[in-house]
Amino acid sequence: MNSDWLERLRAGEPRVVARAISAVERGGADARTIITALFRFTGRAHILGVTGAPGTGKSTLVNEIAKHYRRRGHRVGIVAVDPTSPFSGGALLGDRLRMQDLSGDGGVFIRSMATRGSLGGLAAATADAVKVLDAAGFAIVLIETVGAGQNEVDIARNAHTTLVVEAPGMGDDIQAIKAGIMEIADLLIVNKADHDAANATMAALEMNLNLKPKLENDWRPPVLKTIATTGEGVATVVEWIGKHRAYLETNRRLETRERARARAELELVVQRELMARLRRGLNGTRIEALVEQIAARQVDVYTAAEKLLG
Amino acid sequence: MSERPIRVLVAKPGLDGHDRGAKVVARALRDAGMEVIYTGIRQTPEMIAEAALQEDVDVVGLSILSGAHRDLFPRIVEQLKQKQLDDVVLVCGGIIPDDDIPAIKQMGFAGVFGPGTSTQDIAAFIRAQVARKRGARTA
Repeated sequence: MNSDWLERLRAGEPRVVARAISAVERGGADARTIITALFRFTGRAHILGVTGAPGTGKSTLVNEIAKHYRRRGHRVGIVAVDPTSPFSGGALLGDRLRMQDLSGDGGVFIRSMATRGSLGGLAAATADAVKVLDAAGFAIVLIETVGAGQNEVDIARNAHTTLVVEAPGMGDDIQAIKAGIMEIADLLIVNKADHDAANATMAALEMNLNLKPKLENDWRPPVLKTIATTGEGVATVVEWIGKHRAYLETNRRLETRERARARAELELVVQRELMARLRRGLNGTRIEALVEQIAARQVDVYTAAEKLLG
Repeated sequence: MSERPIRVLVAKPGLDGHDRGAKVVARALRDAGMEVIYTGIRQTPEMIAEAALQEDVDVVGLSILSGAHRDLFPRIVEQLKQKQLDDVVLVCGGIIPDDDIPAIKQMGFAGVFGPGTSTQDIAAFIRAQVARKRGARTA
């Protein structure tokens, strides 16, 4: 990239933003140079996470939420993550298909990302892609996770406000009490609310929230109904996002969250770097020999790992 | 630094009613290890170019059945040029009369794949084209 890339990125030039995201996705020295240069221009965007099971309507909801912010004049960046095939390494990224209302609007930037092997609901480079959009002046950055099950909770560490999207008829009240994804919601959304089972789902979610003892100044996630295909209920969702932001801004909660986020990110980067160094240092043929021995039940994995690292 | 997966935008310009063929190709390219951004039917030239720009794709694959390629393809090429995406590999498929193929290639399309083309051939073609472009860029 040319030497004036940072200026052009900060002006929101789509070509430069797109290339920068590709570079951070690829990783390595270029990625580091880019993040190091733009880091001081980040920290301005309100980062919204949207998660939930496949087919609950996340992309359609993101499309509607983005339209609301556009009407208020905010520029909106979207990172939509879909899974990479564990077999071919390829991916079908189809979230954009539901966001066609946003095309032709220069104030919106949509980027599809494949997980490229990372678990947890996001790609390894999602956090860096968000930083690129943040530095490029997008006031709202929406992250849409892969279709999530119960345990894909990385989004909570990456977003200021997390929306968990449910569809009616997906489970009873015991599902609602289970640990994991239900716990990370700042807003709970029952989409496809025109479906018969919507009220039962709302009731199950409310019941779960009522089981928790009330603490003073605690955030109680609202349970909201939407029909994303018509936009019904989305204005209320945006209103609650605003309330959550205001909640975070009182009593230094935002700083606390940022610190937790920074710690998690630092640990992750250190972990990745250590693994990379380790892989470089490890002898491939030695690993293969140990794999053979484990498969032949001659040695257990713990002893094998000890042999590699010791 | 590892080579990034090939990113392909698969889109259908014009008013075709179904996208079965495009889906078959999208699925095949996925299985060939590519990242396919699928935008489906009724895409305008502007939408296609905008998606190609934001997604930083290596390849744009267009599928068209209606015969409107004579009108739409030049407009898509023009839009891509305007966004300085001249280095993107352009391929197309669908129902395209043989007589039109020279003009389409002249326009800048690297490959035209008619009915009956094996999806493996399409994937191999794309891989070779992208390897050539990437080689040229780093050289």
